[in-house]
Amino acid sequence: MTYLAKPRFHHPKLPTNALGYTRRDYEGAVSTLCAGCGHDSISAAIIQACFELDLPPHRIAKLSGIGCSSKTPTYFLGASHGFNSVHGRMPSVLTGANLANRDLVYLGVSGDGDSASIGLGQFAHSIRRAVNMLYIVENNGVYGLTKGQFSATADKGSLSKRGVANHDEPIDLASMALLLGASFVARSFSGDKEQLVPLIKAALRHKGAAFIDCISPCVAFNNHPGSTKSFDFVREHNDAVNRLDVMVERAPIETEYAPGELVEVTQHDGTVLRLRKLDATYDPRDRGAAMAYLQQQSAKGEVVTGLLFVDPEAADLHDALSTVATPLNALDDAALVPGAKALDKLNASLR
Amino acid sequence: MDGRGPGGVGGVPPTDIRNPDYFHKVVDCQWACPAHTPVPEYIRLIAAGRYSDAYMVNWKSNVFPGILGRTCDRPCEPACRRGRVEDEPVAICRLKRVAADNKDDIRHRLPAIPAVKNGKRVALVGAGPAALTVARDLMPLGYHCTVFDRDQRAGGMIRSQIPRFRLPEEVIDEEVGYITGMGVELRLGQEVRSLQAILDEGFDAVFVGTGAPRGKDLDLPGRREAAANIHVGIDWLSSVSFGHVERIGRRVIVLGGGNTAMDCCRSARRLGGDEVKVVVRSGYDEMKASPWEKEDATHEGIPILNFMVPKEFLHEGGRLTGMLFERVRAEYDERGRRSLVPTGEPDERIDCDDVLVAVGQENAFPWIERETGVEFDRWGLPKLDPVTFQATNPRVFFGGDSAFGPKNIIWAVAHGHEAAISIDRFCRGEDVAERPPPGVETSSQKMGIHEWSYDNDISADLRFRVPWAEPEKTLRSISVEVELGFDARTAFAEAQRCLNCDVQTVFTAQLCIECDACADICPVDCITFTANGPEAELRGRLNAPSVNLTQALYLSEDLKTGRVMVKDEDVCLHCGLCAERCPTGAWDMQKFLLEMTHAGHACRSH
Repeated sequence: MTYLAKPRFHHPKLPTNALGYTRRDYEGAVSTLCAGCGHDSISAAIIQACFELDLPPHRIAKLSGIGCSSKTPTYFLGASHGFNSVHGRMPSVLTGANLANRDLVYLGVSGDGDSASIGLGQFAHSIRRAVNMLYIVENNGVYGLTKGQFSATADKGSLSKRGVANHDEPIDLASMALLLGASFVARSFSGDKEQLVPLIKAALRHKGAAFIDCISPCVAFNNHPGSTKSFDFVREHNDAVNRLDVMVERAPIETEYAPGELVEVTQHDGTVLRLRKLDATYDPRDRGAAMAYLQQQSAKGEVVTGLLFVDPEAADLHDALSTVATPLNALDDAALVPGAKALDKLNASLR
Repeated sequence: MDGRGPGGVGGVPPTDIRNPDYFHKVVDCQWACPAHTPVPEYIRLIAAGRYSDAYMVNWKSNVFPGILGRTCDRPCEPACRRGRVEDEPVAICRLKRVAADNKDDIRHRLPAIPAVKNGKRVALVGAGPAALTVARDLMPLGYHCTVFDRDQRAGGMIRSQIPRFRLPEEVIDEEVGYITGMGVELRLGQEVRSLQAILDEGFDAVFVGTGAPRGKDLDLPGRREAAANIHVGIDWLSSVSFGHVERIGRRVIVLGGGNTAMDCCRSARRLGGDEVKVVVRSGYDEMKASPWEKEDATHEGIPILNFMVPKEFLHEGGRLTGMLFERVRAEYDERGRRSLVPTGEPDERIDCDDVLVAVGQENAFPWIERETGVEFDRWGLPKLDPVTFQATNPRVFFGGDSAFGPKNIIWAVAHGHEAAISIDRFCRGEDVAERPPPGVETSSQKMGIHEWSYDNDISADLRFRVPWAEPEKTLRSISVEVELGFDARTAFAEAQRCLNCDVQTVFTAQLCIECDACADICPVDCITFTANGPEAELRGRLNAPSVNLTQALYLSEDLKTGRVMVKDEDVCLHCGLCAERCPTGAWDMQKFLLEMTHAGHACRSH
């Protein structure tokens, strides 16, 4: 952390996006996390993704729970809506906000404690309800704020900073998200922005519940030999299944790819996800295969990253509830109070 | 990474930060200064209110801080990194003046002069900044120095050509006095007419620092007839300085676009010239005068008329009545060379009472005989070794304007230091060509997790203007100083604009865990972790556009992932946030203090 505010000077040739903003305009207050925290890199990736997508900051809502990860929304998108909720309760608050105003882009930011322990139920239900959001877990495998106890995502057998082995089975949030019906599931690593930024962009443009499990080393308590969430371990065991390019409109394919090497997926809003396969047999449109592959590789000690699964034609909670296209918070009295006749009619239909 | 593999194809080798030139170049101001004054070092001292210390850092390096703080051509300022980050550079020159104006008595801090001399005698021809610098370096070593000058008082062009309203006499007396006070033998008021005669006096070495004393004339029709009212600029300025001239006509034309022309027009304005005009052949933007000197003239209500070529001096009955000018425009050929082409408009007549000709200066060495062995090139300049300033007669050395043609005071000082090293080595029978490396000191500025021993909070202030005395006062007198200098508060605020470019970002690849924290926090995006590659291609892949090719890339050795850390030095704020955010101490902020080695023990072979 630093006591100084980041100087307002930026590079004189810093590019601007379609809205005339520079990347710096998507920043927030200066981070108070430990120096080198993976979460800060994820914040930087979110900033970059929103800048590149030309998102108007005031049309984004960022919500979080409690924990190091849940502090980060202060450090990006300073001009967006923010809600720092109760521990593990971000999914409920986000669901409510989404129901009230479906026009905003929802970004849920959580951690492994917030989502895999106290908020596990909330996490599960927001995914299975297909709330239209990006739910990102900044996963470091420890409770950093309370000095480094294992969290529920820590791998069995991995060592704490003091050398004690973890005896519990880990919760794999990506596998859970697949099981619970998330229509976009990815895993990435804070130390690899080339992979992470396109995934965030694709997820922000995805309709339905998009989930990213982002491994984010805790430099203070979980970046030592024996940890499976350290920079070195993740780099050594990173099994990236694909590389993603996100295009808001279809662009010609410039590089030549061998047959089967490239997969194009067009999402509901027209965004084209162009996936360069790193593993020739991996198909990100096959939920069952994705779940099997995660189990297989996890048993080998490999960390599978990339876009694991996407259903481009997914429906969301509003579709399921058949809500009106107008955000509920924008409906006027005439729409909300149809009068006694309409009530009588409704009551009659229920008798 | 994209298939290039570790190290890349034809990648850039890791930067050798042990080479003093690397970090020296990052300190743009110091690198640009001919005398390589450690600018950020003294600016920090000014901010701390340690004016005497700031003065001594300057004095050691550039000998005339009070004089230069008012008159320097300031090559440091166009180079200043701040000018690339926002609109304007730090007011380095005027901060120097703050140190000079506010210091305590520093005489006890001047070097001690040995009572027992070393037996070597050095003649210094000319008492200008170059020769005085040689004396300043050699006197403390025990040399006997003898200075010759045609003027009655030491100082050279500093005294004779720079008007008093820019540089008060007391400042000259004080700083010239520090050197003459070292016990220099002065032979003033006598023009040296023969180098041979000086050599015959048995001096062990002779330094020629006679400047560029001859102002160019304009041989146009009417020049002879109207001679009484046509003056050569530098001669006229000198007469004004020494009080021989006190008035000029009401309407004055100044010919020329250099700094001398600016001094002429502003002086004329104060000596009765109510209507002073500067007329230049070229366009306004191509004038040689420093932009601030042009502004100062304009500020005093002096118009600068451009694209007018002087054609004729008009006269009546032996009296100058005006001048005729041909109107031209600039045309450029495909190679970008300019020619001035007449526009065909009728010639323009400007009435005037006096003309000051300030169209350039020349060197003149009528007093150097061929037999001395000192040879000249076809431009009339001495044939010199460009590093040692030694002439073809090994006992003779040159410096200042007399060496390579007209430049300015700070160049003369830089030459003086180098010539002093040469003379010292020559007198000791050592190889003159062997030059001493600069003295370099690096020290970490880290004092705690967020504590640095320099102020790394970047000030957002814009450049402060130096206050001026009221024009009603200054325009009425040739000696009332126009600029008042910064007060202590403004000086502090201006000093805080300095980015401390000498506090270097030092990277240790072995400690880096590639967490991206530095790249994420950097306010100007100058840090990138990427695969190596050929420089031109690599610059195209950095986090921010890397288009200033004069600024270096700082490359680390290969990191664990096979990538390298690349830092584009161009607009780094030296804010140290990379080092504050680094969890492993791979980044450190280290002060790099480079001081040129001057004549003395440090540059001797034995």
